Amino acid sequence: MNDRKERVALLRKRAEEKILILDGAMGTMIQKHKLTEEDYRGERFADWKQDVKGNNDLLSLTRPDIIKDIHLQYIAAGADLQGTNTFSATTIAQADYGMEELAYEINFESAKIARQACDEWEAAHPGDVRFVNGAIGPTNRTASISPDVNNPGYRAITFDQLKDAYKEAANGLLDGGADTLLVETIFDTLNAKAALFAIDEVLEERGEDVPVLISGTITDASGRTLSGQTTEAFYNSVRHAKPFSIGLNCALGAAQLRPYVQELSRIAECRVSVYPNAGLPNEFGEYDQSDAEMAALVKEWAETGMVNLLGGCCGTTPPHIKAIADAVANANPRSLPKIEPRMRLSGLEPFDAA
Amino acid sequence: MTDISRFINIGERTNVAGSLKFKKLIVDEDYDAALEIARQQVENGAQIIDINMDDAMLDAETAMVKFINLIAAEPDIARVPIMVDSSKWNVIESGLKCLQGKGIVNSISLKEGEEPFIAQAKKLRRYGAAVVVMAFDEKGQADTVDRKFEICKRSYDVLVQKVGFPPEDIIFDPNIFAVATGIEEHDNYAVDFIEACKLIKAHLPYAKISGGVSNVSFSFRGNNPVREAMHSVFLYYAVKAGLDMGIVNAGQLVVYEEIPAELRERVEDVILNRRPDATDRLLEVAEKYKGTGGPEKKADLEWRKKPVNERLAHALVNGIAEFVEEDTEEARQQADKPLHVIEGPLMDGMNIVGDLFGAGKMFLPQVVKSARVMKKAVAYLIPFIEDEKDGVRESNGKILLATVKGDVHDIGKNIVGVVLQCNNFEVLDLGVMVPTQKIIETAKAEKVDMIGLSGLITPSLEEMTYVAAEMEREGLDIPLLIGGATTSKVHTAVKIAPNYNKSVVYVIDASRAVGVASQLVSETHRERFTTEIRNEYLAMAEKHAAQQLQKKRFAIADARANKVQLDWDAYDVPAPAKPGITVFEDFDLEELVARFDWKPFFETWELHGRFPDILKDEVVGETARGLYDDAQAMLKRIVAEKWFKPKAVVGIWPANSVGDDIEVTPAPDQNEPVMLRTLRQQMFRENNKRPNRALADYIAPKDSGKTDYIGGFVVTAGPEVEQIASKLEAEHDDYNSILVKALGDRFAEAFAERMHEKVRKELWAYAADENLGNDELIAEGYRGIRPAPGYPACPEHTEKRTLWSLLNAVENVGVSLTESCAMTPASSVSGFYFAHPEAKYFGLGKIERDQVESYAERKGMTLAEAERWLASNLNYDPRQA
Repeated sequence: MNDRKERVALLRKRAEEKILILDGAMGTMIQKHKLTEEDYRGERFADWKQDVKGNNDLLSLTRPDIIKDIHLQYIAAGADLQGTNTFSATTIAQADYGMEELAYEINFESAKIARQACDEWEAAHPGDVRFVNGAIGPTNRTASISPDVNNPGYRAITFDQLKDAYKEAANGLLDGGADTLLVETIFDTLNAKAALFAIDEVLEERGEDVPVLISGTITDASGRTLSGQTTEAFYNSVRHAKPFSIGLNCALGAAQLRPYVQELSRIAECRVSVYPNAGLPNEFGEYDQSDAEMAALVKEWAETGMVNLLGGCCGTTPPHIKAIADAVANANPRSLPKIEPRMRLSGLEPFDAA
Repeated sequence: MTDISRFINIGERTNVAGSLKFKKLIVDEDYDAALEIARQQVENGAQIIDINMDDAMLDAETAMVKFINLIAAEPDIARVPIMVDSSKWNVIESGLKCLQGKGIVNSISLKEGEEPFIAQAKKLRRYGAAVVVMAFDEKGQADTVDRKFEICKRSYDVLVQKVGFPPEDIIFDPNIFAVATGIEEHDNYAVDFIEACKLIKAHLPYAKISGGVSNVSFSFRGNNPVREAMHSVFLYYAVKAGLDMGIVNAGQLVVYEEIPAELRERVEDVILNRRPDATDRLLEVAEKYKGTGGPEKKADLEWRKKPVNERLAHALVNGIAEFVEEDTEEARQQADKPLHVIEGPLMDGMNIVGDLFGAGKMFLPQVVKSARVMKKAVAYLIPFIEDEKDGVRESNGKILLATVKGDVHDIGKNIVGVVLQCNNFEVLDLGVMVPTQKIIETAKAEKVDMIGLSGLITPSLEEMTYVAAEMEREGLDIPLLIGGATTSKVHTAVKIAPNYNKSVVYVIDASRAVGVASQLVSETHRERFTTEIRNEYLAMAEKHAAQQLQKKRFAIADARANKVQLDWDAYDVPAPAKPGITVFEDFDLEELVARFDWKPFFETWELHGRFPDILKDEVVGETARGLYDDAQAMLKRIVAEKWFKPKAVVGIWPANSVGDDIEVTPAPDQNEPVMLRTLRQQMFRENNKRPNRALADYIAPKDSGKTDYIGGFVVTAGPEVEQIASKLEAEHDDYNSILVKALGDRFAEAFAERMHEKVRKELWAYAADENLGNDELIAEGYRGIRPAPGYPACPEHTEKRTLWSLLNAVENVGVSLTESCAMTPASSVSGFYFAHPEAKYFGLGKIERDQVESYAERKGMTLAEAERWLASNLNYDPRQA
């Protein structure tokens, strides 16, 4: 299936029939390869002015073979949507490595690799279409939090700078073949609003209609994002983008995320997605929740009709995704509630003008 | 819940155009102090804060960005949404770029035409902001109701259809202008606004309405008491008409109810444009009130001369904390125990606050201020209460209290907390808007003995049900207490209790909380108490499910023995001022409109709910508003063009009861009495605790030796109602045909109410001094009843024939009875008047054959005939002999 429009239509249809499966962690899988500085640099960046080890997104240019192989493993595990290797592929995040100039290229190539993986699978398994989920990360700066405790009014990044960076990323992903766009791991909602603004502009300029997935991050048991919003306040802040889905990922394991997932499930007009970490890190900083444990937790969500999309974040591997996919294969996706329109405002907390 | 309690308060103090103090702080770059102002507003109850930096002295864009960024670092301010207020687009955009939450932009309009309006709206949609749209177009600002609505409608259509802007994110500002300016054209400005609100609510679905309320009183600059009275009165009516939010200094609103009657009447005349000399009449008295009210009224300490209990009530109602400690001390010295001050005068004062809030006469922030005064008083008393207990502090039990998610109302919960604390319970108050998960986690972690949930608004009922289900799922076993204004025992029993297999208890008010909590922690009583409650609720739920249960009945002789016992010796029979028959013709329509009870009007259209709440009902509100507007438009014509000519006949005659009958002497010269037959309740009464009523019980018995009186009446809106309805029907205008009939019914009902009043105050004149408002009239807060044949107390219709002959109703008012005793014209009401203070409405319920036999005999009917007329009241099947 070569046309994005057709694939998007198929995706929407599939979302009505089953709980869609997202893939698992990219970073965890890359770590297993124990790559060196030289691996990251490859031939092209052998003489780069600074160290680039840890710039996982760069591997899309220097070790596309590894990235494609990871995609294929997740596809085999049952993931419907393959998240592109672009978590830090914005001019802002790439600045850490002096690689701002490569942002577009990384997005384009990463989407292309994921596309190839999906197409190869489909060629080998005719009719089994998989989708490329263009990942847009939070960057390493916050638009509504000052990095300087003595100067709370200061901002290290502006809305406009974020918007420009996100527009470039979105164009790269779409040009490379992404079927959807995923604004993920949102810890400052203002960053996400800039991304959504950018995407809306890009889609208008391109004359396209592409599903947008939004996924925020509740950082701890306070139930709030890093920038201080509650789950509902966060939803109110982004629902204007009319997302394909709203959800949560990272920071917490499935057990800790449950109340917030339930909250979203109650308030969201659109689909609900979750891709938790494989539990909380142990004393060695490793995620050690087993595939079976994790699948059991999310299975209950599926059975109670709380979710539409499930996957994994930090520490999850193809066995986790397979376990989840198997566990919820026969579960019905959450049906979209009919919610009477009302003005839903927010500060750090929601305010409903009912 | 009333409309006014839903009014959204927008803080206005962080606006350089509105506050000199704030402006000076921003110009001086004293942002810390400026943040303090924002913080105070949120603490004082602002639900949204308006920020405006438009001033010639300022770089508005820089100041806006800086201030919003600083607020983002203050969680206690940043928790509320922000309204970015500027007349400059670049300032608005820059402000939006700093907001992670969803805020409101104030404002855009069609002033420069559609093109820039569309471009701006499109961007706002992309930023994700709600927007205030001014009623302003290329021709200027809208002043009349037509222009206001026309511009709002056009703006709405452009936004919704061309931009795809969500209608629920549109807030119209239809321009509040000053009234009482001395210029006649301005007199109707407030009415124009109020009427525009109604049209917007009726025709532009989901849109909200806002306004700068203080504009309305601009011509009384320098006279704050009058201005505040104007604001309160204006809000009272505008909110009813649909105003959702406003820029208001909530701390400076007088309570509608507290405005002196004279001032209020004159202000209402001005706001509602009720008379041409309204402005002059307000000016006449304005000077008198200057410097007497308002927050600067330090001088007005008249209330300080009142007794201490009244002073505490005054302080609570008006939110004045200044003297509360000294007053509390004084009350404490007078009381036996410090606890009695809380249970007595302080709770009394809070009850007044609760009532005023419930009636829409106090605003949320004012209630918050009252609670603050309460807390201060309680805090003062706590050390004394602790001393009383000789330093021994062993808690009776630990209770978690929370106002459920989505609800901010906690007065009741706080009072419960205070009362429980005062009774030695340890209270863990999680505050308002508490998510279920937090309630359950805290309950587990803190090992509390029970959970108390509170809520005021209706959705909280659903939330409580959910909490109960989650408690079940999480395996809790502690009792769950339910309280708050909209909760009820039946809701608790039917909806909440079935979700949680442990103890669920409804607590009707704070005074019951201690009793319930004590039982629940008592080793000896808990088991029995919970079992009793559970059984009660199960029974209630079952009863709810199966309404009609056959009940045991009294034999008629036993029922008669258990009649209403009244002390006739002590009863001073009021002799009517004008006995006999009085006829009224062509009654003033306008006088009747003022007495409409709208609730049944909506019920006619199968729209159920309280008026005026129904106009804002989530489900039927839109329909109700449209209907109401149409009704109002027709009413105007009915009155102006005198469509109907209402008539009434009223009679008051000497009468005595004889058994279950009433013997009436129609005229002094007529020796033959007329007999009215009444029916008696036969439901089984345990130990005769409640009487088995019949209407005859309310008339002095013949053997009392006193001559009593009974009245009767027939009123009608007139045959014109049906004539006009048929004409409309002939024109295929079924809607207006039904509408005119429904309004005809309202006229008849209002007429009956008005006549009853005339009887009480003038014709019978047993309550000549009565002085009640329309709401009290509708609530029947007066002496005496007017039961109608065919209704629950006297369901047998043929009694109307007797009434008709007594009143000569056909001749006097042109109302006749069909063979089934239906009145024609239909827009008519009839009934009897009973004047005894103990007389009350009741339902006859089901009766037995023994009474029907007796009744038939007295009426001169066959048994079969009587059974036919009483079919729906029979507790037996007449076919089974």
